[in-house]
Amino acid sequence: MSALLEVTGLRTHFFTKVGVVKAVDDVSLRVERGRILGLVGESGSGKSMTGYSILGLVDEPGRIVEGSILLNGTELTRLDAAAWRRLRGNRIAMIFQDPMMTLNPVLRIDTQMTEAVLAHHAVSKHTALERARAALARVGIPSPDERLRAYPHQFSGGMRQRVAIAIALINNPDLIIADEPTTALDVTIQGQILSEVQKLCRETGAGLIWISHDLAVISGLADEVCVMYAGRIVESGSVVEILEHPMHPYTRGLLDSVPSRNTPGRPLSQIPGMTPSLLKLGAACAFRERCPRAIEPCGVAPAAREIAAHRTLRCVNPIA
Amino acid sequence: MSIAVEPADAPVAPEPREQSPWRRFASEFAESKLALLGLAMLLAIATIAITAPWISPQNPYDLAQLDVLDSKLAPGEHSSSNGKTYWLGTDDQGRDMLSGIFYGLRISLIVGVSSTVIALAVGLALGLAAAYFGGWVDAIVMRIADIQLSFPAILIALVLLAVLGQGVDKIIVSLVTVQWAYYARTVRSAALVERQKEYIEAARVLALSRPRIVLRHLLPNCLPPLIVVATVQVAHAIQLEAALSFLGLGLPITEPSIGLLISNGFQYLLSGKYWISFYPGVALLLTIVAINLVADQLRDVLNPRLKK
Amino acid sequence: MLAFTIRRLGQSLLVLLVMSFLVFLGVYAIGNPVELLVNPQADAIERARATAALGLDKPMLEQYWVFLSRAAHGDLGRSFVFNIPAIQLILDKLPATLELAFCAMVIAVTIGIPLGLVAGLKPNSFIGRAIMAGSIFGFSLPSFWVGLVLIMVFSVQLGWLPPNGRGETVMLLGIPVSFLTLDGLRHIAMPAVNLALFKLSLLVRLTRGSTREAVLQDYVKFARAKGLSQRRVVGVHVLKNILIPIVTVIGLELGSVIAFAIITESIFAWPGSGKLLIDSINQLDRPVIVAYLLVIVTIFIGINFVVDVLYSVLDPRVRLGAAAAAH
Repeated sequence: MSALLEVTGLRTHFFTKVGVVKAVDDVSLRVERGRILGLVGESGSGKSMTGYSILGLVDEPGRIVEGSILLNGTELTRLDAAAWRRLRGNRIAMIFQDPMMTLNPVLRIDTQMTEAVLAHHAVSKHTALERARAALARVGIPSPDERLRAYPHQFSGGMRQRVAIAIALINNPDLIIADEPTTALDVTIQGQILSEVQKLCRETGAGLIWISHDLAVISGLADEVCVMYAGRIVESGSVVEILEHPMHPYTRGLLDSVPSRNTPGRPLSQIPGMTPSLLKLGAACAFRERCPRAIEPCGVAPAAREIAAHRTLRCVNPIA
Repeated sequence: MSIAVEPADAPVAPEPREQSPWRRFASEFAESKLALLGLAMLLAIATIAITAPWISPQNPYDLAQLDVLDSKLAPGEHSSSNGKTYWLGTDDQGRDMLSGIFYGLRISLIVGVSSTVIALAVGLALGLAAAYFGGWVDAIVMRIADIQLSFPAILIALVLLAVLGQGVDKIIVSLVTVQWAYYARTVRSAALVERQKEYIEAARVLALSRPRIVLRHLLPNCLPPLIVVATVQVAHAIQLEAALSFLGLGLPITEPSIGLLISNGFQYLLSGKYWISFYPGVALLLTIVAINLVADQLRDVLNPRLKK
Repeated sequence: MLAFTIRRLGQSLLVLLVMSFLVFLGVYAIGNPVELLVNPQADAIERARATAALGLDKPMLEQYWVFLSRAAHGDLGRSFVFNIPAIQLILDKLPATLELAFCAMVIAVTIGIPLGLVAGLKPNSFIGRAIMAGSIFGFSLPSFWVGLVLIMVFSVQLGWLPPNGRGETVMLLGIPVSFLTLDGLRHIAMPAVNLALFKLSLLVRLTRGSTREAVLQDYVKFARAKGLSQRRVVGVHVLKNILIPIVTVIGLELGSVIAFAIITESIFAWPGSGKLLIDSINQLDRPVIVAYLLVIVTIFIGINFVVDVLYSVLDPRVRLGAAAAAH
C-alpha cells in the first residue's frame, strides 16, 4: 500500500539580496496513514519550512526548486495555485505554533471555523456551523455554543490551540502538519493536547507530521522520526530505533543533551558550536565543525542512504 | 530538552558586515533612486534660495527696477524697455516672475526651516522635561500637547496670526506654536521606552547617575524618529505658511512668499493670464515633493518595524 | 464601558471650557472694533457711547463671564457687521461647509482605501510604486494652487464646470443640500475634489502601511493554510483588522477637513463658514469669529469623543475586555 505522503528530494531555496538560502536541501520522508512522523531539529534547521513547502505556502523570495511531493499519488509540485488552494485546509491542514497570532483577533470563532468549511464545501451556513460544533466537541471543548460566539482573546492559550486543532480537523484531512503547536503552552496543557492529537489520529486515520525541537515530546508521541540539520535530514527511522540506537553523531548529541538523561552530578553534555548559517553551507558535511567523529571524507557532504528497511542515514562515520 | 533559543521559521540570516552606522545609513538611503532625486532637487532649491540676490535677473522688490509697461507679459516675452527676456512672464506690476519665485523660495525656506528648528528645540526640551520629571509636569505638558494636536494646524495658526498681525517673526511664532507638540510627543515616548529599559537593567544604575544616563542614552534613541518628523514638518511648515499667505494673513507684501505671489495672480486667472499663479505654485510643489521624497526614504530606513 | 464614556464626556466638557476661554482671550486682543464701526470723525463721547453699547468698556473677566453665561443660552453676540446674532450667521453657513467636507471625505475614502490596499498587497510591483509616488505628489501639492489649476483647466480652458459658487439646493431633513441636484453637483465637483486630494493621499499611505504590516501577520498565513480564497483573506481578514484604526483616523480627519475647507471656500467662493471666518477676520467682526471658533471647537470635541467611543466599540478586544477565559 503506497504511503499517504511521499516527499522525495525536496529543495526549497530563498533567493535573497545577500545570497541563496537553502532552507530545505534534499529532504525525503514518508508518512503512512494513521501514523505520526516526528520532525526534529533546532531552530533554523528548516523543519518548519518543510511543512510550509508541503502545504505550498512558501512566500517570496523563496520557492520550491526541486523535488516531488506525492499526496495519495497526486504530485503537488505540479499543481497550480487554485488546485493547491483546494487542498489546503481540506486534504492537508496545518496547526501553527502560537494560537493567539494565528486566530484573527477581530473575527469570531464561529466565523473562523465555518469559513474553513465553506471554502471547500458548498453547504449551508447552518451545516457548516454544525460541523464546527462537532469539531469542537471532538477536541474536548464543552458547551461549544458559547465558545463559538466568542473572540480569540477571551480564551486561554490551551483553549485557543484546541480551537486551532479543531479547525484543522474540521474537513477531515488526510494529512495534518503540526508546527510546534505546544511550545507556547504550559506543560500540563501540553500533555492533554498531545494525547488528544494522538487519539484523533488513530481514530480518523489521518497522517500527522509533528514538527518540534523537543525530542522528549517526539519520543512520547511519534511512530517514526526524522532528524533535520541545516536543511537536510540526517537520520530517520522508527522512534524506538532512533532513540535506542542513534547512528548519526548529531542525533546522539541531541539525545545526550536532554537533561533528564544525564546522570545526576555529572556536567551536562552539550554539542559545541552553533548551527551554521544556511547561507554559507559549503561542500562539506554541515555538521562537520561540531562533530566529534569527523574524519577526512566528511569534507564532501554525504548523500542520504537507506541502510535498513525504513531507516536512512546521512553520515560516512556513523556510530555503529 | 530544548536546544533552541527561539523558534524561528525563517532562514538564518547572515551576520552583518562591519560597517560604520553612517555608511550603512547612507547606503540604505541611497537604495531609493527617488529619494536621491529628491535630495538632488533639495540641494538645487536650497542653492537657489541662498544665492537668490545674486542670480536673479531682477530684484523684484526694488520699485525702481520695475516698469509697469512690462506688466502681465506672457512667459518668453521681452521687456519693452531693456529687451530682457522674461522667462516666466511678469505680474501685474511688471515684476519678473522668475526673480519673484527665487526670492519667494528664499523666504519660504527660511521661514520653514527656522520655525522647524525652533519648534524642535522647544519640543525636545518640553518632551524631555515631561519624561524626566514625570508626575504633574508630564501630565500638564502632554495634556496641552494632546489638545493642541487634536485641532488642525491651520485653524490655530489662523487665529494666532489674526491676533498677532503680520510679519515674519509672527509667522514663525505661529508655526512654532503649531509644531512643537509633535516633537514633544515623539521625544517623550522614546524617552519612556528608554526608561523602561533602564528599570530592567540594574535599578541601582538608575539611582546613581540618572541625569547623565538619561541624556546619553535618551538622545541617540530619540534622534531617528525626530529626524523623520522634523523633515516632514519642514514641508508642512512651508505649506502652511504658503496657505496663510495666500489667505492674506501671512507675510506682508514687502516680503512676499510664494503664497502671496499665487494669490496675487488669482484675479487674472479667469482672463487667461495663468502664469502669474501657476509657476510659483510649480516651484512650491517641487520643493515639497523633494522634501517628502527624502522624508519617505528616511522613514523607511529608520523604521525598525519594517526590517525583516 | 459606561464609566469610560462618562469620563471622556467630562474631559470633553472641560476642554470645551478651557478652549472657550482661550478663544475669548485671543480674540479679545485682535484690535479695537470700535475704530472700524464708528465714524472716524466721531469724538470721544461718541466713541465712549459706542464702546458702552458694545459692552467693550467692562473689564475682561467680566466680559468673559457675560459671554459665557450668554453662550450657555445660545447667545454668542451679534455680528458687528451684519447686526444679526453671530450664532445664526454661523449656523446658516455651516451646512454648506459640512456638505463640502462630507463629499470630500467620501471621495477620499472610496478612492483612497482601495488604492492603498492594492499598494500594500503588491508593494514592489509597478502599480504599487506608482500609487505611492502618486500619493507623495498628492499631499505635496499645495491645495490652493491645485484649486487654481482646476479652475484654469475646467473652467477657463474647457468651460465644463463653474468656477465658483454653490449650486441649487433641495431640502434634506430640513437642511439645504446641493449634491442632490445636477447643478449642485457641477458646482461642488471641483471644490470637493480639491479638498479631498490631501486626505486621499494620506489615506492611501495609511492603508498601504497597515496592509503591509497586516499581511505579515500569522493570522493571514493561517487563513491561507485553511485554503481560503485570496479575496476572502484580503477582503475579510486583512480588511477588518486595518479598518479599525483607519476608521478612527477618518473620524479625526473629518475635523481637519472642515478646517481646510477654509482655503477651498476662499478659492471657489463657496458660501460656507470658512469664507465667513476669513471675512470676519479681515473686518474684525469679533462675535462672529468667537462664534465660529466655538462652534468648530464643539464639533471637534464632539467628533473626538464619538471616535473614542467608536474605537472601543469596534475593537472586540477593547469592547469585551481581555478576560481570562472561563474554562
